Amino acid sequence: MKQSVTLNKVTQLIGMGFFKNIANLFTGKLEKDEVKSILRKTLVPIASILLFIGLWHAGAKALYNKEAEFKIAKALEDQGQAEADALKVCIASGDSSCQPNTLPSPIQVWGSFKSLLKDHNIISADKAAFKEKTAAMNAKRIEQGKDPITYTGRPSFVDQIVRSLKTVFAGFLLALLIAVPLGIFIGLSPTLKSAFNWFIQIFKPVSPVVWYLLVFMIVKTILIDSSEDSSFTISFISVGLCSMWATLVNTAMGVASVDKDYINVAKVLKLGTFQKVFKVILPSSLPLIFTGLKITLSVAWMVLIAIELLAQSPGLGLFVWEEFQNGANDSNAKIIVAMFVIGIIGFLLDRIMLAIQNSVSFVKTDAI
Amino acid sequence: MSTDTIQNTDTAFTENGISYPSKVMLDLKDLKKVYPTPKGDYVVLENLNLQIMREEFVTIIGHSGCGKTTMLSMIAGLNPISGGNISVLGNPVKGPGPDRGVIFQAPSLMPWMTALENVSLGVNQVFPHATKKERLDIAKYYLHKVGMDGSFNKKANELSQGMQQRVGIARAFAIKPKVLLLDEPFGMLDSLTRGELQDILIEIWNKEKITAVMITHDVDEAIFLADKVVMMTSGPRAKIGDVLSIDFERPRTRKSVLEHDDYYKYRKHLIDFLEH
Repeated sequence: MKQSVTLNKVTQLIGMGFFKNIANLFTGKLEKDEVKSILRKTLVPIASILLFIGLWHAGAKALYNKEAEFKIAKALEDQGQAEADALKVCIASGDSSCQPNTLPSPIQVWGSFKSLLKDHNIISADKAAFKEKTAAMNAKRIEQGKDPITYTGRPSFVDQIVRSLKTVFAGFLLALLIAVPLGIFIGLSPTLKSAFNWFIQIFKPVSPVVWYLLVFMIVKTILIDSSEDSSFTISFISVGLCSMWATLVNTAMGVASVDKDYINVAKVLKLGTFQKVFKVILPSSLPLIFTGLKITLSVAWMVLIAIELLAQSPGLGLFVWEEFQNGANDSNAKIIVAMFVIGIIGFLLDRIMLAIQNSVSFVKTDAI
Repeated sequence: MSTDTIQNTDTAFTENGISYPSKVMLDLKDLKKVYPTPKGDYVVLENLNLQIMREEFVTIIGHSGCGKTTMLSMIAGLNPISGGNISVLGNPVKGPGPDRGVIFQAPSLMPWMTALENVSLGVNQVFPHATKKERLDIAKYYLHKVGMDGSFNKKANELSQGMQQRVGIARAFAIKPKVLLLDEPFGMLDSLTRGELQDILIEIWNKEKITAVMITHDVDEAIFLADKVVMMTSGPRAKIGDVLSIDFERPRTRKSVLEHDDYYKYRKHLIDFLEH
């Protein structure tokens, strides 16, 4: 019993309360309404996913045929009947050298996903072997005060995901550390609000690309003596600066709009400033602060791709860009894989934030 | 019965080694409140004089918008005084403070705190020199008094409106104010809950005898609770219109009050004033 209580709590916390019903399906505690609700919450999404894949498949096929016909017609016009026939045979055979380059089908994307995982396994094995081989030598180098030899092979898809996550978390943390305290001060003091308002209004709408360039100008000069790769620093600072505005504005608004009754209670009790801020104002504005933080995290994840691409930081953004430039046969499929990975991670990040919000804030928020 | 001030036998008294020259706890003299508007000043209260004695329970009734709440929040120090003055035991009011506890119309509990934490917030502030245990005991004692046993650790937003207002009462009494100000505390409750809370309020009050000023719209509530019912004239320029002494013995029960011969006389007096 205790276990199922915790399960309920966890699923409620991450906004997936319907898991409770699924659990009840197996424990036999089901009402008629719950059956309906389970059907709505499980079968309907599954059906819509299947429909989506079906439409995608049909669309990809139509595009594929159009591209193939165009290719054959072009060969016929440029090179004559024989070449066109040869191309037709080649396309039909599925040979990778002559495939039309267009929207990949779901099956191709799944294939690319598996090949990316396989590639990851190969690279990890390679890395482990390298580590083993250089372990003795590195130990010696460290003793001599030299830098150890590190693996410099190309990163796998999973490495790139991890890199992107690190960048987003560093950027998010930066946004949090700047925006929350600043927002509190701005919300508390009308003077500070007037001082900062123009700043917020002007810099809030600036595009991620411009933020990247600004950060690049500054960080490049600051790190001029360092030989290390500054792409990570530049990209996480850019991500943080792009995404912090939602938190800043929401925090300031939350702090400024604390229920007047609570403020009156604090006044009657003559609470000191410290107590007033930490016992009344902050807890009361937590829901809005978290709304801001959730927007910040999703914006951070969204602008990350563009910024990594610009900064040449080896994460998902760079992966997408390189695949696009690469133009290999399965590049398009890999880009779609990256798209899904980006989407799913974004969704999970949002749910994690929701769980944290619901565990610390007095207002329980449901997932949309 | 005077129209402006409540006449009482005023004598000096001593409490906790401090002697006070008079029994007047709360003194409002020529009180005035003006709200500036684009069309000129709007005078809410003018020439308002009221004296409230120690250990007196006074209810204030008047039409909506006449300035009752304005007057009460001025006594609480939450609303600046435009003219005249308010003093508590001879000391002029200069701002809010825990010597004047307030029970607001909305319970105004911090929803992220438990019932106990809400009461403790005030207790810890007012009794900084007491030990942790003593302060906790005070908070628990008052929560017990309002019938909140077993719900000490419930979050305020998990409590019903009536339960929340019980905690509000406990919080106000626990800081042991000199004056208790109640701004229609039961106005948002259904009549059953209201009756329950009136009983709780009067029971604690009988024990603590804290001078109380309570705004209400309910004529029966005004009579049941009060030693004196103060009637305010309609605004603008509202002032004290009439004062009615309620001479029922304390402790009172609802039944004895309703069955008393004078009850309908008092009730008629108040309704005549309000309909006038």
